[in-house]
Amino acid sequence: MTDRDFGFETRTVHAGSRPEPTTGARAIPIFQTTSYVFEDTEAAAAYFNLQEYGNTYSRIMNPTVAAFEERIANLDGGAGAVAFASGLAAQSAALFTLLRPGDHVIASAALYGGTITQFKHLLGKLSVELDFVDPDNIDAWRSAIKDNTKLLFAETIGNPGGNILDIEAVAECAHEYNCPLMIDNTFATPYLCRPLEWGADIVVYSATKFLGGHGTSLGGVVVDSGEFNWSNGRYPVVADPSPAYHGLAFHETFGVYGYLAKLRAETLRDLGAAISPFNAFLLAQGVETLPLRMRQHVANARTVAEFLAADLRVSRVMYPGLATSKYTHRVDKYLPRGAGAVFCFDLPGGRENGRRFIEALTLFSHLANVGDAKSLVIHPASTTHRQLNEQELAAAGIGPGTIRLSIGIEDASDLIWDLEQGLAALETRS
Amino acid sequence: MKHEIYQDPEVIRAALDLKTVAIVGLSGKELRASNFVGRYLKYHGYRVVPVNPVEAEILDLKCYPSLGEIPGRVDIVNVFRLPDAVPAIARDAIAIGARCLWLQFGVINAEGAGIAFEAGLDVVMDRCLKVEHARYLGRMHWFGLNTGRISARRARSV
Repeated sequence: MTDRDFGFETRTVHAGSRPEPTTGARAIPIFQTTSYVFEDTEAAAAYFNLQEYGNTYSRIMNPTVAAFEERIANLDGGAGAVAFASGLAAQSAALFTLLRPGDHVIASAALYGGTITQFKHLLGKLSVELDFVDPDNIDAWRSAIKDNTKLLFAETIGNPGGNILDIEAVAECAHEYNCPLMIDNTFATPYLCRPLEWGADIVVYSATKFLGGHGTSLGGVVVDSGEFNWSNGRYPVVADPSPAYHGLAFHETFGVYGYLAKLRAETLRDLGAAISPFNAFLLAQGVETLPLRMRQHVANARTVAEFLAADLRVSRVMYPGLATSKYTHRVDKYLPRGAGAVFCFDLPGGRENGRRFIEALTLFSHLANVGDAKSLVIHPASTTHRQLNEQELAAAGIGPGTIRLSIGIEDASDLIWDLEQGLAALETRS
Repeated sequence: MKHEIYQDPEVIRAALDLKTVAIVGLSGKELRASNFVGRYLKYHGYRVVPVNPVEAEILDLKCYPSLGEIPGRVDIVNVFRLPDAVPAIARDAIAIGARCLWLQFGVINAEGAGIAFEAGLDVVMDRCLKVEHARYLGRMHWFGLNTGRISARRARSV
């Protein structure tokens, strides 16, 4: 038997799910169980000591969840992955595992509003310092770095401004200062971009979005490359013997799996934000059609963006896949298959026209989510990014008349028909 | 350096079918990586032989001060030592007729690997014996780790 490097699309269907050996079940079985019977006391002790790979309790691991985790880790080319109850839970856990009070984080200013709030307020409560920087300005990243900087964070495709990160340059900057780069790759998915291949160290996802793809289930996942050197003297919280795990030094003992082992055995155990096996099943099922869906998502998004860009009633379209985008060269480099399917456009007339537009639509669903097979629409300034002040809104590229679309996999012509209904309802200035 | 020639999956799988593993540098301290690996291999039915000149017994197994003093056959010489120690260990492995020299994560020494390889031993470098066992025969997939294994065949056991 020779080892073959299977293609991405084969791996979306097969990775993490070999036939279940006891029953032969071909689909991923849903192990809806809280706990697992031990063979004997020696095995139980070995499982809790992490001396043997064994299931103990579904807050920490579950075979259905593991199949989903391995699938995502495989698609991203990571050492492994740990899934959580939501994207924000995954992100919190990824942060808690490597930070401690007094540390400093540098984050892109163009992030999902929920992430900005989480960073600003939750990390603040934990006495972690924070600076937001213009993600397009590599000098801004570099000059924000301090002795206590422990993490650089950005999104592949900024939500909702559509900034495309120069991942390779920011990763090089991070590594120059012995810091890891963490990327939220939710909008791209590993089908469009694999940040680990460009030097990122950790990737986080809201799997609720394109990975699951059907708007049914919340979930999040953290993928680690396994390549960052946590024993460089700057990360005692990962490298030193852990008082929360009977003195285990995770990086020394587990090497490339050290961060992942700590993320699971300590952070997930203690924060408790475990994903349900049923959600993991639905998300893993969604991933099986990820390439098919993403091709339709990005093709539709491009068609719709070009339609809006050509319409005089629209003042600005921020789709990085447009030929006129300032991100064209980065799209060519990092997202050659397409610049995602979530983008914003501006209507003249501010908030009132935003309201008129959304209320005239009948096919786009007005709700707070993205990455569904169905097309979605929202007004960020009053919803997803409501907690941000004017300055933060501007830094994230959001104006009072900004509308965010998440383009689904319907017929593009039907989507355009619906958007025409919205545009026809605008109050035109004389 | 990726040293792919010493990370051949076929060589790795063949090594996992062997029986006796001498672990050079096996620590008696329960939280050290070598102790995790030794305990795991013992639990999974390998005959583990600790090589440690300081300890008398590790994992309830008699320690030998050097490879040359182990009575009977040794299949795999598994190394948890600093890279500089590898050439001498490789020569010892050849002398006792071992079939495989397995150098753990970070134990990277091209000269030592080359000495064993030239003498006809199978050589694995910068890989963990426990991880590779768990990847191909064990339960690494229960922890969401990327085994890289794709197959629609039903396994005979976990």
